[in-house]
Amino acid sequence: MPYEAWKDNEYIESLVKELQESGANVVVGSLDKLINWGRSNSLWPLTFATSCCGIEFVSLGAARYDMARFGWEVARSSPRQADFIMVAGTIVNRMAPVVRRLYDQLAEPKYVIACGACAVSGGPFKKSYHVVMGVDQIIPVDVYLPGCPPRPEAMIYSIMQLSRKIKVERFFGGVNRQQKQADFLKEHPIEGVED
Amino acid sequence: MANIQETIAKLLPEATFEEGDILMVNVPDAKWHNLAKELKENKDLSFDFLVTIVGMDWTETLGCIYYLTSTKHNTHLSVKVTTDNREKPMLHSVSDLWKIAGIFEREVYDFFGIVFIGNPDMRRLFLSIDWKGYPLRKDYDESADLNPVTTESERQSDFTDTYVETPDGTVEKKEVRVFAPEDFVVNIGPQHPATHGVLRFRTAVDGEIIKKIDVYMGYIHRGIEKICEKLTYPQTLHFMDRLDYFSAHPYHHCLCMTIEQAAGIEISRRAQVIRVLMDELSRIASHCLFIGTYCMDLGATTMLFYTLRVREQILDIMEKTCGARMTFNYECIGGVMQDLHPDFVKDVKALLEVLPKNIKEYNKIFTGNVIAKNRMEGVGYLSHEDAINWSVTGPSGRASGWACDVRKTDPYSIYSELDFEQVVREEGDSMARFKVRMSEMEQSAKIISQLIDNIPDGEYCVKVPKVLKLPVGRWFRTVEGCRGTFGIYLESNGDTKPYRLKIAPPCLPAASVVDHITRGSKIADLITIGGSLDYIVPDMDR
Ligand code: SF4
Repeated sequence: MPYEAWKDNEYIESLVKELQESGANVVVGSLDKLINWGRSNSLWPLTFATSCCGIEFVSLGAARYDMARFGWEVARSSPRQADFIMVAGTIVNRMAPVVRRLYDQLAEPKYVIACGACAVSGGPFKKSYHVVMGVDQIIPVDVYLPGCPPRPEAMIYSIMQLSRKIKVERFFGGVNRQQKQADFLKEHPIEGVED
Repeated sequence: MANIQETIAKLLPEATFEEGDILMVNVPDAKWHNLAKELKENKDLSFDFLVTIVGMDWTETLGCIYYLTSTKHNTHLSVKVTTDNREKPMLHSVSDLWKIAGIFEREVYDFFGIVFIGNPDMRRLFLSIDWKGYPLRKDYDESADLNPVTTESERQSDFTDTYVETPDGTVEKKEVRVFAPEDFVVNIGPQHPATHGVLRFRTAVDGEIIKKIDVYMGYIHRGIEKICEKLTYPQTLHFMDRLDYFSAHPYHHCLCMTIEQAAGIEISRRAQVIRVLMDELSRIASHCLFIGTYCMDLGATTMLFYTLRVREQILDIMEKTCGARMTFNYECIGGVMQDLHPDFVKDVKALLEVLPKNIKEYNKIFTGNVIAKNRMEGVGYLSHEDAINWSVTGPSGRASGWACDVRKTDPYSIYSELDFEQVVREEGDSMARFKVRMSEMEQSAKIISQLIDNIPDGEYCVKVPKVLKLPVGRWFRTVEGCRGTFGIYLESNGDTKPYRLKIAPPCLPAASVVDHITRGSKIADLITIGGSLDYIVPDMDR
């Protein structure tokens, strides 16, 4: 998908603008680009599926939807080797500490995709006593992907969004530092959203 | 029926009976254990299969309903035991008679706080150790302040409680260790690729040999039974998709049938045929995915790509008709949501054509493979008797020689008119469980081919009242899901919402039996055995 085809993401646009205005060093800037090119094309997900949405993620890995085309096929079972978590499925109270732990174990820079209505907001289980109403209550989320379950095409789109975000990030002096996602978000507030 | 009633009346004169779709016996708690022993061991009764235990809160009293089946006589019975002590409710355990009762009773304890005297392990099953309140009680306080979402790890305990009755009638609480002090315990899960979802095993090992497994569930407990009590009948349906998402059609079928039976709705023959067709298509798709993921667990990744090819073809067929790939919400009260897509017959025929070739191919690649044979044959043996005792139904039960297919034992819908065989094997090992599923795909294809040319005309959904109220009563129905006997217990007090909707999933016994099967085998075989039982975690956790 060419960059021009996707111009509706104001958050990333504003990131790009900020980067251009502050003027990046020529050497560091081009190195940034090179590294980001590599990072955004070899995103490794953590194998993490709690329920129904996870099965669509399996389909994504198989021949028909074939996420290997994009360099995402290396699903890792250990969080230490993964770049992002695709939270595919409902997160319940008992699972919440585990998700948090997994997130903390991911190496920086790390990203989260909330995949499916359950991970976005609790979805069909809104009235439940034991469901976390959105995984963003426990970990910061980069991409929200609605659907119950989202179609594999939608999943591909969500990971593409993530790789675009990575492409425009500042790597040196930015996300490569042991910088907590929360601080990063504080520097780049998303308009209209608090905290 | 009368026969069972007479026999029980002779054994226990104070028992009272209630007629219903299944005969119900009311038994005082003090006599329950003795009667249970008779029910199981008496040759004329031999109720050896405990289908489920339904915990109940009737506001004044708490209690349990036990659903029993005799595999020998193919008869059914339900037993109701109640207590009116809401502060410290106690009933007698039957976990010494039916092994699976131990787990079922823990579930009831978790949801209703009923303590079972004599159960060796009275811990919570789905909720964490510090959870406040018993969620399925009618007076449960659901506020999030009481049980907040936390990112602190939950408290763990090495001890469990057991309650024993002393000869003078008082009940004592005792603490016992789950593992022996010298045991070396390895934690597997909940995030582990081989546990098929978020299941957790605490495994005591001696070198490479498994000594004991303590199964932790509840990492995907979504409280569906409680939510259902707040929703109208049509609104409860869609949760059936989200239990065992591969058996979405059979599960929907079960709940719809229960509600239709209760409301006295007759559905058209066309709807019946469509439902059965969908059930069997999902069975093929489900077994395909099982074979793929199971082989992947054993190291044969290629198989996943082969089997998902067929699964995608089936999903395409379903998508055209139902409009979704996984959560279909297709069956509705009175029939099905929409009519079949015009391409349906053509697509299914194309599938029937390629399926036998594909199955042949799977067998060629995997079943005869020497590594596969070594890893599966003789591994994870489950005897016929234990399968019944642990209520392991479905393909896993049939691999142990137990003919437990509900489509044959209690034919529902139009299954009694269809010509197909129940696949039963005697070996009881992982290979048998694998092969049963392989052959079941062929049988499902056989059913589909009988129906596909004779889909009768007619309406696909009969008219049902907009606001559906069920009469007062209780109903229990089972169907054959892709993983075994799936039951729905429905109790209505005449309202538009269910008073209690209990789901009896096949995967809960399948996961509970892991401890029993794996004892004494190598830790690497845990993957083989767990995979071959094919449990789906959201199904057991609900
Ligand atoms: S969003 Fe829907 S499909 Fe995904 S986990 Fe939740 S209920 Fe299942």
